[in-house]
Amino acid sequence: MQMELNQYLDVFIEESKDHLQNCNTQLLELEKNPQDLKVVNEIFRSAHTLKGMSATMGYEDLANLTHNMENVLDLIRNNKLKVTTVIMDVVFLAIDDLEEMITSIAGGGSGKRDVTHVIKKLELIEKGEESALSAPVHQGEKASINEENVAVSHLQYDEYERTVIEESMEHGYIAYEIKVRLREDCLLKAARVYMVFEVLEKIGEIVKSSPSVDQLEEERFDHEFFITLLSKETAEYLEKSVCNVSEIELCEVLPLSLHTTQKVVQETAATIEVLEKPLTGVEKTTIAQENDSVKKSVSSKTIRVNIDRLDVLMNLFEELVIDRGRLEQISKELNHGELNETVERMSRISGDLQSIILTMRMVPVETVFNRFPRMVRQLTRDLNKKITLVVKGADTELDRTVIDEIGDPLVHLLRNALDHGIESPDVRLASGKPEEGTIELRAYHSGNHVFIEIEDDGAGISKEKVLQKAISNGIISEEHSKTLSDQQVFELIMASGFSTADTISDISGRGVGLDVVKTTIESLGGSITINSNQGQGSLFSVQLPLTLSIISVMLVKMEKEKYAIPLSSIIETAMIKEEDILHAHNQRVIDFRGKVVPLVFLNEVFNVPQVDRKDRVHSVIIVRKGDKMAGLVVDSFIGQQEVVLKSLGIYMGEVFAVSGATILGDGQVALIIDCNALIK
Amino acid sequence: MMTEAVKTDIKFIIFKLLEKEYAIPVENVRSIEKVMHITRVPKVNSYIKGVINLRGVVTPIIDLRERFSLEESEYNVHTRIIIVKIENKEVGLIVDSANDVLDISMNAIEPQPNVVGSIEADFISGVAKIDRRLLILLKLEVILTND
Repeated sequence: MQMELNQYLDVFIEESKDHLQNCNTQLLELEKNPQDLKVVNEIFRSAHTLKGMSATMGYEDLANLTHNMENVLDLIRNNKLKVTTVIMDVVFLAIDDLEEMITSIAGGGSGKRDVTHVIKKLELIEKGEESALSAPVHQGEKASINEENVAVSHLQYDEYERTVIEESMEHGYIAYEIKVRLREDCLLKAARVYMVFEVLEKIGEIVKSSPSVDQLEEERFDHEFFITLLSKETAEYLEKSVCNVSEIELCEVLPLSLHTTQKVVQETAATIEVLEKPLTGVEKTTIAQENDSVKKSVSSKTIRVNIDRLDVLMNLFEELVIDRGRLEQISKELNHGELNETVERMSRISGDLQSIILTMRMVPVETVFNRFPRMVRQLTRDLNKKITLVVKGADTELDRTVIDEIGDPLVHLLRNALDHGIESPDVRLASGKPEEGTIELRAYHSGNHVFIEIEDDGAGISKEKVLQKAISNGIISEEHSKTLSDQQVFELIMASGFSTADTISDISGRGVGLDVVKTTIESLGGSITINSNQGQGSLFSVQLPLTLSIISVMLVKMEKEKYAIPLSSIIETAMIKEEDILHAHNQRVIDFRGKVVPLVFLNEVFNVPQVDRKDRVHSVIIVRKGDKMAGLVVDSFIGQQEVVLKSLGIYMGEVFAVSGATILGDGQVALIIDCNALIK
Repeated sequence: MMTEAVKTDIKFIIFKLLEKEYAIPVENVRSIEKVMHITRVPKVNSYIKGVINLRGVVTPIIDLRERFSLEESEYNVHTRIIIVKIENKEVGLIVDSANDVLDISMNAIEPQPNVVGSIEADFISGVAKIDRRLLILLKLEVILTND
């Protein structure tokens, strides 16, 4: 039995991950729109599938936990349970456990885990005893309600709505909040809603409804909805009118005093303490993820392919390209009409094939971004801050290999922004900013690169503090510090052994973080820049190559050997006369457009077997790393070319000043020069 | 009887270096190639001759004579590159010639005699005597440590 199931294990793991990710995203969505039952259904479906799959595969703990989670979701779905932060926390906890188990299974483990604790919590919720999970808070809340003895509004009003209500009250209107519940067996819910609205519109003016009118029209609610109405009629009259519509089970009309509305607004502002309060509308601490208005527009058909197979395909294709080059050569020599035509057509087709294979390896950056909303939600609560994460351009595509590597550095940068960037709410208020901080995470294409930017509206980087720290940590000297540009100062925070936070926290600030981020990004062939305005926030911008496997290079020749230099680090090429080379401090330099640029003779660096020969004119390639430049002296330029980047193999390990190799059209291997290693 | 023979006999690739015969298990051998263009890689151990394009895969090449500190010789028509693989390392070994595959029974393998005592001793796991031929069995994992 076990043997038979093994072949499904990979599929199981992949699909479980997908379902869990879906649960995560949808739960966050639910937290924003607690009324949206479509979302609950979506989560329920994922949980249900997961339960079925894990039971089939024989992972009982997994199945047990999902089963309990499903029960809670079922209650929410049937409107027997209100979504509260406490419940959400427990469900998230359960998801965390599920993720752990899946990871364990993927790593060859048994997927067993002690889940009794979480299951108990879920069972408590199921029995309607979630109060036990947060008793003190709950009691406090109750007390405040008793004291008021007025029904607390179910709705929240924005500034505009409040002004409207206030003004109409001054003109003798009364604001009512009407709760309408349709009968369980009501078939045409939208029609009943329409009738209720029609009745009420004759009597007064509808200011607001929850769920929104659109959602009501699409029947995206269970059986209950709320309407806020301005009218001069009495509550009894309203109630009677609404109840005239058939299939209405219940109609409650409550007068809404200005006092109540304000009270509610204040309460929302202080929402962090009131955990038990049912979530309605947009909660302040939730994470807003910019969803394109058309969610999940068209689902195209996909199949899962092992990345190894794509690599093999790519390799095979490269061989084809090499042979194509030869074939083109031969057909040119033979000059045979029909052969030429066929070869030309084949070249065109293989060109198309190439672009398809390359795009197949591209993955939307969404796969990395997906986990961030959860992380930000958790951290904002741990840090007692109010932060909204806005994600833009999650559909931007990057090569799979880059995607795999970019996750950790981004986590680090985000944590950094959350911890050091955004100030605590009271500090923000004191400096006249909105209490809630915003972090924007965006990705976009530009030229041959993908940019990922993290921008916060927090405190920004204090230049003085950075310099002080850098000097006291011995990273730079005091004199040197005066010559640095803003950009260079900011870059100091990525030097190793640097940490500006006054107190070191769990989240970040161990002083080993940002330099690792920088190294990782640079090893991917990318770069990172920092911009900051003190008091207004910071922008971390990560530039990445579109793909790691194909890069543009300049091919050069030294004696009989060919080398490739990545175009991304080349500024320009030049021809330098022997007499223009100057000698300074034992180093040969040139004056290049007013700047002193050191020369690197590649044939000396690479010990190229030298045929004795003295060039009067040198071919020089000016390359840069940050603001530093160097001139690489070569024998001759061959030209620009797109090449496939290959590793030298595990056996070779790190080779000085060589970042990899590529196979040229003639089938030979050319080494790719790592310019960063040559610039000091 | 058949099953026993399968158990104790291992197939070996036999190659020559300086008139001596060496053997490596066939399961570690991916292919045997003729000498092709080798791209030199600067600043690495001198026995690493460079890399070749092995059907789209960049593969490092070790000159086995230099690895064993034997005298160098020019490559000729008999020179072969044996592509071996252990764990994830795939490397080509340059040898004088490679022209035999033999079944060697485990019983025929003896530990290496101490008298051999040359530098290559570290690379040897044992010797096997078949008819009149003396075959030297190599430790590939030691050869493939890049120091």
